[in-house]
Amino acid sequence: MLTVSNLRTHFHTGRGIVRAVDGVSFNLARGRTLGIVGESGSGKTVLVRSLLGLLPSTAKFGGETEIGFEGRPLDIRSETALNQVRGRAIAMVFQDPMTSLNPVMTVGAQITESLRYHLGLTGGEARERAVALIDSVGIPMARQRIDQHPHQLSGGLRQRVAIAIALACEPKLLIADEPTTALDVTIQAEILDLLARQQAERDMAMILITHDLGVVAGRADDIAVMYAGRIVERAPTARLFANMRMPYTQALMNAIPRLEAPPNTPLRTIGGRPPDLVNPPPGCRFAPRCPRAESRCTDHEPPLEGGESGHRFACWYPVGEPGAA
Amino acid sequence: MSRSIHGFERRARVAEAVASSGARGARRRKLNVMLWLPIAWIAFVFGCALSADWWPMPEPDYMDFLSQGAPPGTTGEVPIGAFESSEGLEHYVFWLGTDMMGRDIVSRLMFGARVSLTLGLLAPLIGLVIGGGLGMAAGYWRGMLEATAVGVTDTILAFPGIVLLLAIVFYLGGSLLNLTLALGFLTVPAFYRVARANTLTYAEREFVTAAKAMGASDVSILAREILPNVIMPMLVYALLIVALLIVVEGVLSFLGLSVPTAPSWGGMIAEGREYLDEHPRLCFVPAFVMFLTVLSFNLLGDRLRGLTDVRESNI
Amino acid sequence: MMSGNGELLKVEDLVVTFNQAGGQRLRAVDGVGFAVAKGETLGLVGESGCGKSSLARAVIQLPPPTSGRVLLDGEDLTGLAGEALRRTRRKIQMIFQDPISSLNPRRRIGDTVAQPLRIMRRGGRAERDAQACDMLAAVGLDPGDAIDRLPHQFSGGQCQRISIARALILEPEFLICDEPVSALDVSVQAQILNLLREMRARYGLTMLFISHDLAVVKNICDRVAVMYLAKLCEIGPSEELYRSPAHPYTAALLSAIPQPSPERRPAKIALVPGELPSPTDPPPGCRFHTRCPHAKAICKQVEPEVKEVGPGRSVACHFPL
Repeated sequence: MLTVSNLRTHFHTGRGIVRAVDGVSFNLARGRTLGIVGESGSGKTVLVRSLLGLLPSTAKFGGETEIGFEGRPLDIRSETALNQVRGRAIAMVFQDPMTSLNPVMTVGAQITESLRYHLGLTGGEARERAVALIDSVGIPMARQRIDQHPHQLSGGLRQRVAIAIALACEPKLLIADEPTTALDVTIQAEILDLLARQQAERDMAMILITHDLGVVAGRADDIAVMYAGRIVERAPTARLFANMRMPYTQALMNAIPRLEAPPNTPLRTIGGRPPDLVNPPPGCRFAPRCPRAESRCTDHEPPLEGGESGHRFACWYPVGEPGAA
Repeated sequence: MSRSIHGFERRARVAEAVASSGARGARRRKLNVMLWLPIAWIAFVFGCALSADWWPMPEPDYMDFLSQGAPPGTTGEVPIGAFESSEGLEHYVFWLGTDMMGRDIVSRLMFGARVSLTLGLLAPLIGLVIGGGLGMAAGYWRGMLEATAVGVTDTILAFPGIVLLLAIVFYLGGSLLNLTLALGFLTVPAFYRVARANTLTYAEREFVTAAKAMGASDVSILAREILPNVIMPMLVYALLIVALLIVVEGVLSFLGLSVPTAPSWGGMIAEGREYLDEHPRLCFVPAFVMFLTVLSFNLLGDRLRGLTDVRESNI
Repeated sequence: MMSGNGELLKVEDLVVTFNQAGGQRLRAVDGVGFAVAKGETLGLVGESGCGKSSLARAVIQLPPPTSGRVLLDGEDLTGLAGEALRRTRRKIQMIFQDPISSLNPRRRIGDTVAQPLRIMRRGGRAERDAQACDMLAAVGLDPGDAIDRLPHQFSGGQCQRISIARALILEPEFLICDEPVSALDVSVQAQILNLLREMRARYGLTMLFISHDLAVVKNICDRVAVMYLAKLCEIGPSEELYRSPAHPYTAALLSAIPQPSPERRPAKIALVPGELPSPTDPPPGCRFHTRCPHAKAICKQVEPEVKEVGPGRSVACHFPL
């Protein structure tokens, strides 16, 4: 349904060209969930914003970048083409519901505005639809809530409202950019459940962005791990967790504190910091931080390939194989 | 426009802030010209105002009855410097001509700069110190102090400024000191508000709590934690007020409320208004000087805001 | 409760109330008591709005609690004022959730880290700078590079390191960490947790560690206290509390943690769906009964006392699990 081929998003800045997304390709089928995982600055947010044209004017796309949506090419350089899909066929949920909602408009007005604009519904119809939507995202007393303002709602309810707005026009693809990072753990689980339920009911495709492998573990069909503007490992979820090949994925995994571990277990961390995207290191971009790196890693960039049953990784000396002699 | 699109735009703006450092770099050269030209002009006006006494030219009030309304470049015989100490008449070129009373326009402009700059700089300084101090205290301690300060400043704001100025000129006389104090007083509420609003946002920040946790006193927190963050927006605002007050001085001259004893740019424009038909330069020359000065202060304020904008977010 | 010996911090019947718009009084912390032994790390867990941050701030007297006592080394902090309070401040320091907001954006890092020394009037400028450099190096930053820069030139994780350096430069005995890793990426979170553990060992710190994430808390705490709507639900040694939570709320929190294994699809959260009740108008009886899957009639009327259920373990529930 969605095909992204060789997406390059570069920002032209005073320091030089920031290669925020540098050659990313993936496909997403109807009804599937893709989890995109990476540290901040890995380009995961820029990646999905590129799809919706939500980037500043300094962003430039590479020449070979091709996006296909529902079998047709989608010109992400054209505002008109994007206006056809965004908010409608592709909707987005943001990290912080406090800033993504308009504080001076009632919840209902924010939902119906989208319904009127995209679907041409009128007052009463739109309101009924809005009530149904609010109800469907699990907000109790929908009829009362619809006339409230965002500041009268808790963080969890606000995020539910943001989801209701995103779902208003029956999108085919829902992009959730760290939808639970700003929320408590208990609320996080509820919101993730809600997203999964809505997705199943509506047969939507979903892209779930997070920095926490734990969040996508039970919820995504496929996982793509991003590092420094590239996808470094991609596999069906179960495969990935069973058999991590890219040392970076492994390192992300090791950084998560485990409930089953005894108290005060030191965590295995990745040294160093993500590279400067103006001047990324040659070869494999993870090499300077990688415990398994050899000279080949700094000389040649590993392609994203390999693995059986859809498991791909960009590494010369993957985990589980002996390193260089 | 759709609500969702609206949300997107807001987000996009965040992203823009992330990437705008580069656009800034690209504009740097142009930016520098726009910074240095205003500074140069303001420095020039300052220099003129300070050195007006020492230039070989007639006093601003000396009327050469032989050269009334003389065009630029006319020559005449005038006493140079203060009338009493001058050694008779000397040959002199009226580079910008004279006004209808035969007074040298260059001399009047240079001495007039004193009034405009004194008023324009000192009055905001009064507002900055009193209003700023009050605003920081109110924003930091809140409570009764804030309630009182809000009441007082709202009263000042509600009171028609022109009536206050009329009353002061009528009862106390229109001296430069009185006008400066009155205008300074009128700017207090605006500075109070800017200071209070900025203090409120910083007082809630955790570095203030951290300082308290270290045992820093309130005064030290105000001076060392909050002031450095609040002073920049205040200065930027002060520059805009400077520009505004220079214009206000001109308006007051029209109403006969400016300093009557000294030449001022506003006064020159007001006097030249009667001769707009035959001698438009009498109006336009001081107006142009005022325009450049006001523009310079405005540009400087804008640049200062751009340059001191500490980016708190990281990519 | 732990035995009286070796207690560094003891909080007794602490109450914090705020006046809200409309004349309502919000009891953010309502009769909470616990003790932290020297060298121990106590975790404080709960959802946002449960009063854990208000509790932490009441401990450092910012603002002082409405009632109750905070004893540090036997000395009651609540009665102190002026110079006496200032002196004890040296012994308790705090690090905050938002690494960017907790640093003054216009002060260079060197001055930020040396600031506590300046406030305590220790040493000359050069001496303070030298100490700040040592401290920056201790938290894993390059002092020569960092000292003259401003906070916005650093990442969130680095800012948190700077905050830690500033908090530790006076060599406090007690460190309060208010959600220090919640705003950070998992990978950076791990670095900061390791750093805190290292600092704790090096400086012999006693800590109160606040978080909403039980997995994070387990990673660094010896004992854990769980709060719900201004009250303490349960307190006990980490290992036991995680193995067999006694309070249904603790069990619910545990079930909500996302764990990185696809087979263990997140179990249904053991929580009646619904929002956190408003703290201005808490439910009668046990405050958790509106969301508790095991609530009975008595829970709606009688508020459960905090009872000891095992060595060092207490729980406030009529029907502990």
